[in-house]
Amino acid sequence: MVLVLAIGDLHIPHRAADLPAKFKSMLVPGKIQHIICTGNLCIKEVHDYLKSLCPSLHITRGEYDEDSRYPETKTITIGQFKLGLCHGHQVVPWGDLDSLAMLQRQLDVDILVTGHTHQFKAYKHEAGVVINPGSATGAYSSVTYDVNPSFVLMDIDALRVVVYVYELIDGEVKVDKIDFKKTSTATI
Amino acid sequence: MLSPNLKADFPKLNSEIEDFNLQHIHRSTHTNTDRSIRNMISDAVEDEEKWLTAGIAGLQQNAFYMHRALDSNNVKDALKYSAQMLSELRTSRLSPHKYYELYMRAFDELRKLEIFFKEESRRSCSIIELYELVQHAGNILPRLYLLCTVGSVYIKSKEAPAKDILKDLVEMCRGIQHPLRGLFLRSYLSQVSRDKLPDIGSEYEGDENTVMDAVEFVLQNFTEMNKLWVRMQHQGPAREKEKREKERNELRDLVGKNLHVLSQIEGIDLEMYRDVVLPRILEQVVNCKDELAQYYLMDCIIQVFPDEYHLQTLETLLGACPQLQPSVDIKTVLSGLMDRLSNYAASSVEVLPEFVQVEAFAKLNSAIGQVIEAQPDMPVFGAVTLYSSLLTFTLHVHPDRLDYVDQILGACVSKISGKGKLEGKATKQIVALLSAPLEKYSDIDIALKLSNYPLVMEYLDDSTNKVMSNVIIQSIMKNKTHISTADKVGALFELIKGLIKDLDSDSNDEMDEDDFKEEQNFVARLIQMLYNDNPEEMLKIICTVKKHIMTGGPKRLPFTIPPLIYNALKLVRRVQSQEENASEEATASATPKKIFQILNQTIEVLSTVPVPELALRLYLECAEAANDCDLEPVAYEFFTQAYILYEEEISDSKAQVTALYLIIGTLQRMHTFGVENRDTLTHKATGYSAKLLKKPDQCRAVYACSHLFWAEDQEGIKDGERVLLCLKRALRIANAAQQMANVTKGSSGSVILFIEILNKYLYFFEKGNTQITVASIQGLIELVTNEMQSDSATSDPAADAFFSSTIRYIQSQKAKGGATAEKFEPIKV
Repeated sequence: MVLVLAIGDLHIPHRAADLPAKFKSMLVPGKIQHIICTGNLCIKEVHDYLKSLCPSLHITRGEYDEDSRYPETKTITIGQFKLGLCHGHQVVPWGDLDSLAMLQRQLDVDILVTGHTHQFKAYKHEAGVVINPGSATGAYSSVTYDVNPSFVLMDIDALRVVVYVYELIDGEVKVDKIDFKKTSTATI
Repeated sequence: MLSPNLKADFPKLNSEIEDFNLQHIHRSTHTNTDRSIRNMISDAVEDEEKWLTAGIAGLQQNAFYMHRALDSNNVKDALKYSAQMLSELRTSRLSPHKYYELYMRAFDELRKLEIFFKEESRRSCSIIELYELVQHAGNILPRLYLLCTVGSVYIKSKEAPAKDILKDLVEMCRGIQHPLRGLFLRSYLSQVSRDKLPDIGSEYEGDENTVMDAVEFVLQNFTEMNKLWVRMQHQGPAREKEKREKERNELRDLVGKNLHVLSQIEGIDLEMYRDVVLPRILEQVVNCKDELAQYYLMDCIIQVFPDEYHLQTLETLLGACPQLQPSVDIKTVLSGLMDRLSNYAASSVEVLPEFVQVEAFAKLNSAIGQVIEAQPDMPVFGAVTLYSSLLTFTLHVHPDRLDYVDQILGACVSKISGKGKLEGKATKQIVALLSAPLEKYSDIDIALKLSNYPLVMEYLDDSTNKVMSNVIIQSIMKNKTHISTADKVGALFELIKGLIKDLDSDSNDEMDEDDFKEEQNFVARLIQMLYNDNPEEMLKIICTVKKHIMTGGPKRLPFTIPPLIYNALKLVRRVQSQEENASEEATASATPKKIFQILNQTIEVLSTVPVPELALRLYLECAEAANDCDLEPVAYEFFTQAYILYEEEISDSKAQVTALYLIIGTLQRMHTFGVENRDTLTHKATGYSAKLLKKPDQCRAVYACSHLFWAEDQEGIKDGERVLLCLKRALRIANAAQQMANVTKGSSGSVILFIEILNKYLYFFEKGNTQITVASIQGLIELVTNEMQSDSATSDPAADAFFSSTIRYIQSQKAKGGATAEKFEPIKV
C-alpha cells in the first residue's frame, strides 16, 4: 500500500495566500510515500513545504514556476504502475482528454497526471487513467470558473489503485473515491 | 589558633595589611596585573580562608566542651563554653559570604543549646534565672545571642507575655552597631522568633499580646537592620565602593526577610497594611536615602505583598517614587509593579472592576509621567519600557479602552520625538510596544484606529520599520483578517511602507536576495487578503493598492503586480456575472471595461523592469477574461500587446516555445473574434511556430496550431482544410528534420515526430474531419514502420513504445463497435 499525493496549481503568492487551513492540517509529514506535483507552485517556500511532507517529491514545470529547472514531463514507476506527470499548458487544447490521451500514449504510462485547468478530473479510457488534481488553493483560472480547492491521494496496491479526491466545498472537506484495476502489466 | 584579640593587639599592623592588599585588588582592575600582585590578591583570599578555617576550628572546639557540659547538666560550663564559641562571631575579618558559614555552624549549635535550656527550665533553673544568668557573659555579642536563645524558650513557656520579651530583645540588640555582626544577630532574632509571634490564631495571642505587637516587633527589627545595612555603604575608603556594594548585595535578603515575615502575618488585613505597615516601611525606605536599599526594598514590597493590597494602596506606593534618590532605577520598579498587576488582571475576570474603582490606569499613567519628567536624562529605551509595561497592563485590564492605548502611544511619541531615529535596545522595546495591540486584538482594524500608531512608526529607522511591517502582516495572515475598505488598505500600506518602497533614497543596506524575495512574496500574500463583496469598494481597494505598489520600483513590481492583476481579474468575473443578472446600467464605475483599462495600464508598468515573459502571460490572462466578457476590441488589444512582447522582447528559445504554447492555447479558446481579427492572429501564430529555432520545436508548434482551426463547440470554427494544411506543413518540417539528421549525424533521426503527427491525424479523423483520409493515415503508418525497420535507424525505445501504444489505440477503437469501429475498420495495422 503506497500513498501518493497528487497536487498542484497552488499559485502562491500570485493568486492565493496559502493552502486552506483544513488541508494543511490533513497533510502531515510521514504519512505519504510520494508526492507528484503538476507545477505552478510558484515559489521556493512552497517547494520546501512539500519537501517537508515527503522527501520523494516529483515536480514538472508550470508556466509561472520560479524555478525553471523543473522538467517539462516526468515518468515514475510506483509498484506495478507507470505514472506520467506534466503541467498541461503544453497540451493544446487545454484540458482536452483526447489530446491528453495522446500524451499518455507518448509517455507510455498507465496513469497520467496533469493540471493547468484547476478542475479536478479522473477519467478512465482504454489505455489508462487521466487525473487532474485541480488547484490545491482554489486559485483563479482563466479556464475554469468557481474553482474549489482540491487535491488527490492515490493508494497504490499491487494491480489496483484507489483515487481519493479531497475537495473543499463551502468550508467543508468532501471526499470521493474511484477505483481502477490493471488487468495485466501492459495496460489498465 | 588565632586569638580573636589580635586585631585589638596589633590594630595598626592588621589594617595596614588589609589596606595594602585591597589597594592592589583595586589597582589591578585598571592596569595589567603583575604576577606578584596577583599572588597578593590570592594571598588575601587565602588569608580569609585561613581565618575562616581557624574560626570554625575554634567554634568546634568550644562546641565540643559545651556538649560535654550539656550531657552532664552543667549549666555554668555550658554557658561558659557557649559564650566562648560565640566569640568567634566577633571577628571583623570575614567577608559576608564567609561570615555566613561561621554563623550557620553557630546557629546549629545554638539549637542544641536551646533544647537544653528548655529541659533545664523544667528541672533546676527557672527560665527567669537563665535569662539573668546569660547576661553575665563577658562580651556583648555572645551575650545577646544567648539572650535571644533563652528568650525563645521564655516565650514558649508563656511565663511572661510574648510582646514584652520580644520588645526587650529587639531593643537589646541595639548594643551591636557593627553592620555585619548586627545584621546577622538580628537575623538570628528574626529566625528564632518567627514562629512565636502573637499572630491571630497563634497560641501566643491573648489580651496582652496582639497582632499589633507582632507587627511592631518586626517593623522595629526591620528598621534597625536597614539602618545597619545602609551604614555599610559609608564604611571604609571611597575607592572600595564597588567591593562594599557587592558585599551589601550579598546581605540584602537578610533585610528583605523581615518584609517576608510581615507578609506572612495573617492578622494583617488590608486596613492595617494600608494604615500602619506600608507607611512605616515606606518611611524607612525614603528616609534612608540609600540607592541600593531603596531599589531592593521597593521591589521587595511589590513582590512580597498581595496584588489586591497594591491596588488599594496604589497612591501611597506610587507617591513614594518621586521621593526616592534620583539614581534609583525607578522604571524597573514601576515596570515590575505593572507587570504584576497585569498578571493579576489576567488571572481572573472578577478582579477587573477593582482596577476601575481605584482608577489604577490614571494613577499609573501620572506616576510614569512624573518619573519621566523628573529624569530628563532617562534614555529613550527606559521611557519606552515604562510605556510598554503600562500598555501591557492596559491591554489586560482595559482592553476596550482604545483611548487609553492611544494615549500611551501618544505619550510615547512626544517622548521619542526630537530624538531622531531610534536605535539599539530602544527599537526592540518599540517593536514590543507596537506588537502588543496586534497580539491582543486579532483584528488589524483596531490597530488602524489608533491615531498615534502610525506616528510612532514614523520614528522607526528603516530596518525596524521592516521588522514591524512583517509583524503586522504576520498578524493579518495568522488571523485571516480580510481588510475590507480602501481607506483601511491605504492606512495599512502607509504603515508598512518600509516593505513597499525604498524609504531612504540612499539606502545602502544591500538586502540578501533570498530575504528580499521572501519579503516581497509576503507582501504579495498580503494583497490576497484585501477583499470586499461590494464591487465598487473592491475597485477602490485595487486602485489604492496600485497607487502604493507603483512606488516600489522595478525591484518590487514583478512581485507585487501579479497578485493585484489576479485580484482585478476575480473582480471582473464577479462584475461580469452581475451585469448579466442586473439589467440596469447604474452609474457604476466597476465595469469590466474600466477594470480592463486599469489592468492594461498596470501590466504596462512591468515594461519598466522589464519582465516580458511575465507580462506576456498576464496579457494573455486578460485576453481570456475579455473574451469571456465578449469585449472583442479589448481582447484583441491584449493579444497585440502579447505578440509585440513575443516579437521584440522574448529571444530565448526555450522561453519562446513556452510563450508560443500559451499563445496558441489561449487563442484556441477565443470565441469573441470576428473572422478578420481571428485570421490575423492565427496567421501570426503559425508564422511564429514555423520560425522557432529548432526543427522539432517548429514541427510541434505547427501541429499544435492545427487546433486553432477546430473548436469542439457547435458555433466554433471547424475548418478541416486548414487543419490538414497545418498537419502537412508539420510533416514537411519533420521530413526536413530527418534529412538534417542524416546529413549531420549520418543516421536518420528519431521517428517520434512522425508518430506524433500520426496521432494528430487520428485525433482529427476521430473528430470527423473529412479531409483526413484513411489513405493518409495508412501512409503515415507505413512510413513510420519503414523508418523503424530501416538499417540506418537509430533505436529509440520511447518511439517504439509510442508507436506500439498508438497501434493499440487504433485496435481498441476498432474493437469498440458501432460507428467508431466502422470508421477505424479500414486502417490496417
